[in-house]
Amino acid sequence: MRRLKRDQKVRVALTLNGRKLSAEAEPRMLLTDFLRHALGATGTHVGCEHGVCGSCTVLIDGVAQRSCLTLAVQAEGRDVRTVESLAAADGTLNALQTAFRNNHALQCGFCTPGILMSFTDFLARNPHPTEGEIREVLSGHLCRCTGYANIVAAIKDVAGQGDQ
Amino acid sequence: MIKKHPVMLRKEDASLLSGRGRYADDLPVPVGTLHAHVIRSPHAHADIVRIETQAALAHDGVWAVITGEDVRKLSDPFLTAVKVAAPQWALAIERVRYVGEAVALVVAETRYIAEDAAELVKIEYAQLAAAIDPEAACESSAPLVHAEAKTNEVSVREFSYGNTKTAFAAADRVIAMTTTFPRLSFTPIECYVVVAQHNAAENSYDVLANFQGPFSIHPVMARSLRVSGPKMRLRIPPDSGGSFGIKLSVFPYVVLMGLAAKITGRPVKWVEDRIEHLVAASCGPNRVTKLEAAVAEDGRILGLRLDQLEDYGAFLRAPMPGPLYRMQGSVTGAYDIANVDVKNRVVLTNKMPSSLIRGFGGPQLYLALERLTQRIAVELHLDPLDVIRRNLIPAQKFPYRTAAGALYDSGDYLRAVEIAAGDGRIEELKRRRDTARAAGRIYGIGFSAIVEPAMSNMGYLSTVMTAAARDRAGPKNGAVSMATVNIDPLGAVTVTADVTVQGQSHETVLAQIVSEQLGLSPDDVEVVLELDTAKDQWSIAAGTYSSRFASGTAVAAHMAAVQMRDKLKCIGAKQLNVLPDDVELAGGNIRSRSNPDNALPFGRVAGTSHWSPVMLPEAMAPALSETGVWTPPELEPPTHDDRINTSFTYGFVFDMCGVEIDPVTYQVRVDRYVSMHDAGRILNETIADGQIRGAFAQGVAAALYEEFSYSEEGAFLSGTFADYLVPTVSEIPEVEILHYESPSPFTPLGAKGLAEGNCMSTPVCIANAIADALGVADVTLPATPRRIHALLEGGK
Repeated sequence: MRRLKRDQKVRVALTLNGRKLSAEAEPRMLLTDFLRHALGATGTHVGCEHGVCGSCTVLIDGVAQRSCLTLAVQAEGRDVRTVESLAAADGTLNALQTAFRNNHALQCGFCTPGILMSFTDFLARNPHPTEGEIREVLSGHLCRCTGYANIVAAIKDVAGQGDQ
Repeated sequence: MIKKHPVMLRKEDASLLSGRGRYADDLPVPVGTLHAHVIRSPHAHADIVRIETQAALAHDGVWAVITGEDVRKLSDPFLTAVKVAAPQWALAIERVRYVGEAVALVVAETRYIAEDAAELVKIEYAQLAAAIDPEAACESSAPLVHAEAKTNEVSVREFSYGNTKTAFAAADRVIAMTTTFPRLSFTPIECYVVVAQHNAAENSYDVLANFQGPFSIHPVMARSLRVSGPKMRLRIPPDSGGSFGIKLSVFPYVVLMGLAAKITGRPVKWVEDRIEHLVAASCGPNRVTKLEAAVAEDGRILGLRLDQLEDYGAFLRAPMPGPLYRMQGSVTGAYDIANVDVKNRVVLTNKMPSSLIRGFGGPQLYLALERLTQRIAVELHLDPLDVIRRNLIPAQKFPYRTAAGALYDSGDYLRAVEIAAGDGRIEELKRRRDTARAAGRIYGIGFSAIVEPAMSNMGYLSTVMTAAARDRAGPKNGAVSMATVNIDPLGAVTVTADVTVQGQSHETVLAQIVSEQLGLSPDDVEVVLELDTAKDQWSIAAGTYSSRFASGTAVAAHMAAVQMRDKLKCIGAKQLNVLPDDVELAGGNIRSRSNPDNALPFGRVAGTSHWSPVMLPEAMAPALSETGVWTPPELEPPTHDDRINTSFTYGFVFDMCGVEIDPVTYQVRVDRYVSMHDAGRILNETIADGQIRGAFAQGVAAALYEEFSYSEEGAFLSGTFADYLVPTVSEIPEVEILHYESPSPFTPLGAKGLAEGNCMSTPVCIANAIADALGVADVTLPATPRRIHALLEGGK
């Protein structure tokens, strides 16, 4: 196990959206701060820093996690994916993003990256969820603009349930 | 019904969905920027005896520890709307007055270091008794929040419209009740962000902040910093993570970080965290309303008396007491009531200062007014819907001048109610109730009918002063909206406007409005809404609040587009060799109406003013940039007898719902909810419904979940998202949205604001259903399981 000294900066190396990157971090630095301010990936947002709102959700080795409850050093050597990875290089939105756009599932857009990453993980494991399952996963996120209905509709849409 | 594929996709979405938004904390800062951390009061009321900063200052990486004494030397107290001896600076001076009040600021190389050093700052307090309950705070024995003010009840005004005394003498019955509206916030998911720079050579400030307006607060900031307006440049980022009124109150931190930049000589950045936001950012005021109605046997309301006591917490920040006066003209709601007496009282307590919040006085007023209609029905054994119908303003009376001076522009309230109740909806609701009750379950039905004002008259708040004081101060009135259409050398169109972005889809709707006039597609129009007070057009009314977009800025954009269109017609006429009247802009071309083959591409004609302005028709200024300035004449100042047209347009909302109460968990479940809106002409139905759903969720939150609670000693009890319950998808019920359109005759677009209606109508609609379910007269919001339990036990 790697031993870290409290006051000593360490170099954290990880794969972010398919690219190997590294930067200095104090052992106590949160992964959110590391992603946003050390690596410049500002698409991941910080809404509460106590694990309730879900805005900061990213994929670590394919699993959705709260980056505000994760230290940067915990991501050492791991594969991190953020909202910036979803669209194609030419900007074309993927199916989940497109469904959000088609269903007016976002307003201010601040909570949206976290929701997209949660469902990127969830739909990969469960491509045809029931509405109840969708609601259960979504209940891990706070959105103050939309009232949620259009988010549920968007996810149903992309999960092939739009006509039900 | 949820629309599955909106007609028009939002221009905002591609960036926001790709992580390419540009929120305040995403933007780059200058090299050398320092980071600030605010040290806050743990006490509701205490004298600051001593602040020891040496140990913190000795910490590596710390640049400054700023206290109230520094702030007093370098700045002035904030200007307020009401003159009260309760000065407020950017940091507490000598005394703290609420839990969370900013006491000191640590500025360091990183936020982590600033927070470390904050633990080394020693502050000694001497605790004082606190005034928490608004009614108790009005007693002469209450601790004074501001000793210099000599009272906590800092503003009292009485108004009399019509002849209320006669109405009460003539009434068959007098029905009285008291309602209390809770303190709450709608907690935008993005907290406050400020980056401040100071240029000592010019003594000027340049501040980036996710401020939302109104920009009447810009002079408040500049004056506090002791500079003229142009020396206080304020820039608003292109994106903001929600606001709902709350982000007005970032302004004390704009001043604080400005001072920190001045003291350190470096740019200073501060990002509020969630704990700070919950304890100290802002919230809507709580209100106690005592209401008496003079009523005829058939349920008609002949006269009203209201005593509204509103609790603004520890300071009356500008533009407070807005919520108490924003509804002044429409204090009689959707009803044709000629006689009303109003007593407005402002009380200060040892709690977080209250300010703007979505709904802004509407939820407080309608909780009283619409609980009243339900009580009238119960006491007179009438159908509550009949009581509403009997009192609604008849369609033939529009435009309708209310007793208190509002000029309601249009509506057919009865028709809207009939549509909502029609198609079997009311029968279905009753059937569900009867089935539930027959099975022994607890079920009730509630209604609410409300008027939703939009675009505030900048003069409404002067109603807080006496007519004589208003005369001395000079009249205040109106509300200016501005938008600009620009053309680039190849004829590409951009739009700027006096709004701040918070998720309301302004880019999309402005592109729609402007492209329509120019014969282009919305995709051809770029909309740039970051706002810079040094370079953009703005007035004190600028910003995004009071639902001013649809009847304000949207109209200004329409005007700017029409001005540009008319100029391009003249330019095109010369190039097409036809008369201007024969020119139309359509399909990306500028062409002859009578001979459409005689056409030029839009860009070719539109670029003329760049490349060959000498060729323009005689006496024409180049068509490069057209600004629409909209200032509707209906927004007159208060009259000498205190009548005031508080807002410009007035929509109508009628809600009905059924709720079931679980006898084991005491939870309230909304079983059915129908919401009918008349917001005039709908500019974009998908976006309109999105706004309605958002307001509805916040209305449900106010009814059942969210409350900033304090102990009797003033300790704050809802400081995390685990204690302060923001509803998730599991808590928000379905809502059926219906529209009826009565276009406003006062605006060229006919559109009214609609984003706040359900914040006003939903809390009381649910409260009425709970009252019906339990057969009780008093329902306290939010109706938490604990409160429902008490009501059920009380009934036994």
